Formats: sequence, structure tokens, C-alpha cells
Amino acid sequence: MALINTGYLEYDELKNIQTLPDDERFSKGPVAIIECVQEIPCNPCEAACHFGAIQVGEPITNLPTLIGEKCIGCGMCVARCPGLAIVVVDKTCSDTTATVSFPFEYYPIPTVGEERKALNRKGEIVCSGKIVKVVNPASYDHTPVVTVEIPKEFADEVRTVERV
Amino acid sequence: MLQKDVLVIGAGPAGLAASIEAGKYGASTLLVDLNMQPGGQLFKQIHKFFGSSAHRSGTRGYDIGKQLLQEAQEANVEIWMQSTVIGIFPEHKVAIEKGLDSGKKEMITIQAKKIIIATGASENAIRFNGWTTPGVMGAGAAQTMINVNHVKPGQQIVMLGTGNVGLIVSYQLMQAGCDVVSLIEAAPKIGGYAVHAAKIRRAGVPIRLRHTIIEAKKGENGCVCGCVIAEVNEHFQPIPGTEETIACDTIALAAGLKPTMDLVKLAGCKLTFNGPFGGYIPLHNDRMETSCLGIFVAGDTTGVEEANTALEEGKIAGISVAEDLGLISPDTASNQRKEIWERLHSLRLGPFGERRMQEKEAVMKEYETCIGAPIPIQ
Amino acid sequence: MCLRVKNHVILDCEHTGKEVEILVDGKVIKAFEGEPVLAALLNAGIKINRYTVKRKEPRGLFCGIGQCTDCAMVVDGKANVRTCITPVQAGMVIQTQDGLSKGE
Repeated sequence: MALINTGYLEYDELKNIQTLPDDERFSKGPVAIIECVQEIPCNPCEAACHFGAIQVGEPITNLPTLIGEKCIGCGMCVARCPGLAIVVVDKTCSDTTATVSFPFEYYPIPTVGEERKALNRKGEIVCSGKIVKVVNPASYDHTPVVTVEIPKEFADEVRTVERV
Repeated sequence: MLQKDVLVIGAGPAGLAASIEAGKYGASTLLVDLNMQPGGQLFKQIHKFFGSSAHRSGTRGYDIGKQLLQEAQEANVEIWMQSTVIGIFPEHKVAIEKGLDSGKKEMITIQAKKIIIATGASENAIRFNGWTTPGVMGAGAAQTMINVNHVKPGQQIVMLGTGNVGLIVSYQLMQAGCDVVSLIEAAPKIGGYAVHAAKIRRAGVPIRLRHTIIEAKKGENGCVCGCVIAEVNEHFQPIPGTEETIACDTIALAAGLKPTMDLVKLAGCKLTFNGPFGGYIPLHNDRMETSCLGIFVAGDTTGVEEANTALEEGKIAGISVAEDLGLISPDTASNQRKEIWERLHSLRLGPFGERRMQEKEAVMKEYETCIGAPIPIQ
Repeated sequence: MCLRVKNHVILDCEHTGKEVEILVDGKVIKAFEGEPVLAALLNAGIKINRYTVKRKEPRGLFCGIGQCTDCAMVVDGKANVRTCITPVQAGMVIQTQDGLSKGE
């Protein structure tokens, strides 16, 4: 795995390890992308999903699998994953843009309407993004989930925004 | 002399869990620790824990700490802080020095029917030129400063080591507002979990594999002003000509931990050397009892792992002393231990856990073949 | 210089102890009652706690949990006080320790 030599996943590598939503699923609305690729003992994502869309089972070192049809893209798993390894991607928000919702535990938390540079898994600037939603209820336990709107072609690349 | 059913040494996750079990079943339980506050290293763990959602995973470490302190209170556990055990003698007599360095210290001797040693682990140092310069510190020390004391140890940090401690503390230093300049790792691959490394990389911080720090640069103020790194060969030796200087005011060392064995040795417990667990550890059985009758161990003292395994081992030790004190039946104790061992088993699966499971089994097997049954302290 | 962590997404960084003054090598610095002496010093930019016996080399924070003794200082006339596990009290008098100081 290139990951353990670099610290980041290539999208192709991720596709080989995780079951990602197909184009048809993406066309139906927001959906979770689980970027958890090592068998570590951890399963809170399974309990976090109220729709039964994430399965870990026994043993708890199993990789989580996403059942695309059950996922509604609510983002609860994004806040609850201790590894901050889940994002929700919505490729249906407009003809030219997509949104990526990701956990963001740095101060200051982005605010709606703000422009921030959108970064890929290596921390490189991919494009400029507009913050369209910030959710941080008590149930998220201090893991705000931030949604950034970006050009559609970068939906599989953008995973966070810059810290300021 | 003060008499107690159970003395637990070390108020981290293992010691707290052990005290709660013992106290819950009615044992008079005293928990002592040399620090200012109980909780061991839990209160500096501000991230959400991995593990099974049935057992507190997804909860931040400090919240688990708060829950444990609440449970300890409910179980009538007496806690003495700023109390250092300085002697363990036959018949389970223990000398405790109580009080602050800056004040008047009191010497108290107590006798306990059972002793549980849960003294945790301490960070390994890496020696390079200038490693004693102020500004070079354990990664755990930096973590204590930001997350417990809310003071940054410096502004520009270089982290040595990419195990989970190095990765998590780097992330938390950034959360506290420090600049993490780089992570340096001598091995050809990242040591910790990929998800932790991914957070570091997303933040744009480079991870330099096959590199090490060869020198801490000392500034005019006598403190760290930078470090010299170099590439290493396959024998981890620096390659001449590859040196680079990085400006920083703090060098954090995350080079693993070793079990804190002082009291285990003092008590005379039989030891074994175990590399994956961090060094010398006490042999123990599946009840967490050592070679010394009535002396139990739990947590990182028995081999460096994680808070969630320490909690479970602490519970086993607490249940076993309650059983030996006649407070619960052997059947109840045995069933509870079985459940906990199953949970421990699931925490020791996968590529990161299997080795620890094998080593744990080897330690207990060595206990059975070399010791068989515990004997009183000579 | 101020190294206090003030804003944090997860932690509430308000100090519960009241703000007091302590005297460090003759200089007044602000500190919070109950926080480790070492933390107050770090915030004030003081990173050297003692000098070694033979080579007079500086030492500072290393373990932060009372194990290593690198942060030992003279506190209220008493030498070899581990400042990382000693809580601040108003009016404390702290001195950088020189070797194996006997204190006062």
C-alpha cells in the first residue's frame, strides 16, 4: 500500500480497497465515502448510522462497508468516525458544482459564505471553495462537519479546506 | 499502620478501572498516584477513541476519564494524589511519601491485603547531539502542556516518530495553534494508523521517511532554534552529505514507550523481556496476578498498549482481588473475566493487534510453565 | 510572548484558578493558581529551569509528568522541586536551580 509510505491515499488505491458509490449512486444525491482502509479495531460508524447503511460486524477489525442504497448522506458518520476518515460527497447540487462535507476540528471553524482554499488528501490546493454549511451540534461532540462547494470535477479530490 | 483491603498504585485507566471493580464489591480500596490530578494520561487524550462502540469508543479520552472518576467515587474508592510509593516490603507493607516537593512531605506506611501495580509507561528518549537542550521533549510532555495545561511548549514543532503517538500529538499541536513543520521517521514506512497519518497530510505537513534527527541546534537563549536531519541507510545510520537544517523551537520525541517497572521490580515480581511490549514486563497469569502472591498488575506496566486495553486489564485485576478477598464467587469472577478476555481479544485483532495478542499469550504461557502458582514475597 | 492556548475547537481553555503573581528570579510574572509552575513559566517564555552540576548545561521540560526531574527548580527556598507537578500559589518565589542547590 502506497499509503503507508506517503500518508495519503490515491483515489485509485482507495477504489481497490473500499466499496465506493458508483456513478448511478452519485447521481441520486449525497452519499458517504469511507476512506478507512486498515483493519483496526473500531466500529462506531456502524452504530452512528441510523439507516443501517454501514456494516462492520464481527470481528470489529473488519473494514466498514457502505450500502449505497441505504445511505442518505446525512453526515452523522462523518462526525462520529474517530479516524475522521469519512466524507459525504454530493454531485447533484448543480450542473457544474459538487459539495464535500468533511470533519474539521481546527480553530477557527469556517463560516457559511466564506471562501477558503480547498485541499486534496496531500494538503495541496486544488481550487477555491465556498463554505455552504457548517453543522456542529452537541451530538457531534466537538467535531464540526463543514460543507464546501467546489467545481464538480474536483469532487473526488477535495477532502478539506485550508486552516487559517 | 493503616490497613486496607486493596492498594492500587497509579490512577490512570488501568488503576482506576481496577479500583472501581474492587471498590464496587465492597473492598476498602486506596488508590495512590504521584501526580496532581487522577486520570493518568487520559485527560490529555482529547481525540475520540477507537474500539468497540459497546465500550466507550467514539468517546474522547478526557470524557472517559471523567466517567471513571465518577464511578470511582460511587465505588467509595479513596484517592490520594501527590503520593509516591517508595517501598514495598514483605506482608504487603507499603511506604508512601505524601505531599508536594515544595511543601512538607509525610511518610505513611500502610498494609494492604492485595496490591495492584498500574504505574503505566514512560516515553523513550532518542539521543542525538544536543538532545538535552531545553525545547527537546517527549511528545507526551508536549501533549500534556497543550491539552491539560493549555500552554504551547513552543510555536514551531518538529516531531520525531510516526507511530500513533507522533501522529496524534502532531495533530493536536496543530489544533492548539502550533505549526508542525515536519514529522521525521527513520523507518521506511509510517508506523501508526493510516487515518492518523491522513489527517497530518491533509493539513499539508510533510512526513520524512528514512530520516532521523542528528542534532538539535542551540540558539543564543540556550534553547532549541532548529534541528539537523539526515537520511538514514538500511541500518538506520545517517548518510553523510544528506544533512538539512530545519528551523524550529521545539523537538518532540515520539519514539515509543517502555513500561514503568520500578515498583514491580521492588516487589520482586518475576520479569520477562518482550520487545513488542516495550521492554521488561512482569510475568502474569490470566487473573493479572504476578509471581508474587497477592500482587497484581494491569495496563501499560504489563506491556505498552492503549487506554482501552489498560481499562479492560484493570477490570480483570479488580475482579480477581475481589474474588481472592471472598467478595465475589469464583464462578462470577471467572465468567466476568471470560467476557473481558473476549473484548481484549477483539481489541488485539488485525494487522496492528495480532502481534500483541500473540505476545500476551506467550507471557501468560511463560507464567504457567515457569511459575505455575504465585508465591509470597520473600 | 504568550503561549497560552486560547481558542480550541474541542477544549475549553478557561483557567479555573484565579490569576496571581509569582516571582521568578526576581521578575514578577502572571500565573493561574493551581496550574503547574512549569506551565506558567513556559507561557512567560522561560524554558530553562536548571543548570547541571558539572557542565552547567541548561535543562527544561522533558517528561512533564514528574518522572525525569529536568524541570527541578528552587521554590520558596526549597531545592529540587519538580515544577511540572507543583501547583502555583500566589506569591511563590521561584529560582532557576544551579546544580544540586541546597536551597535556602
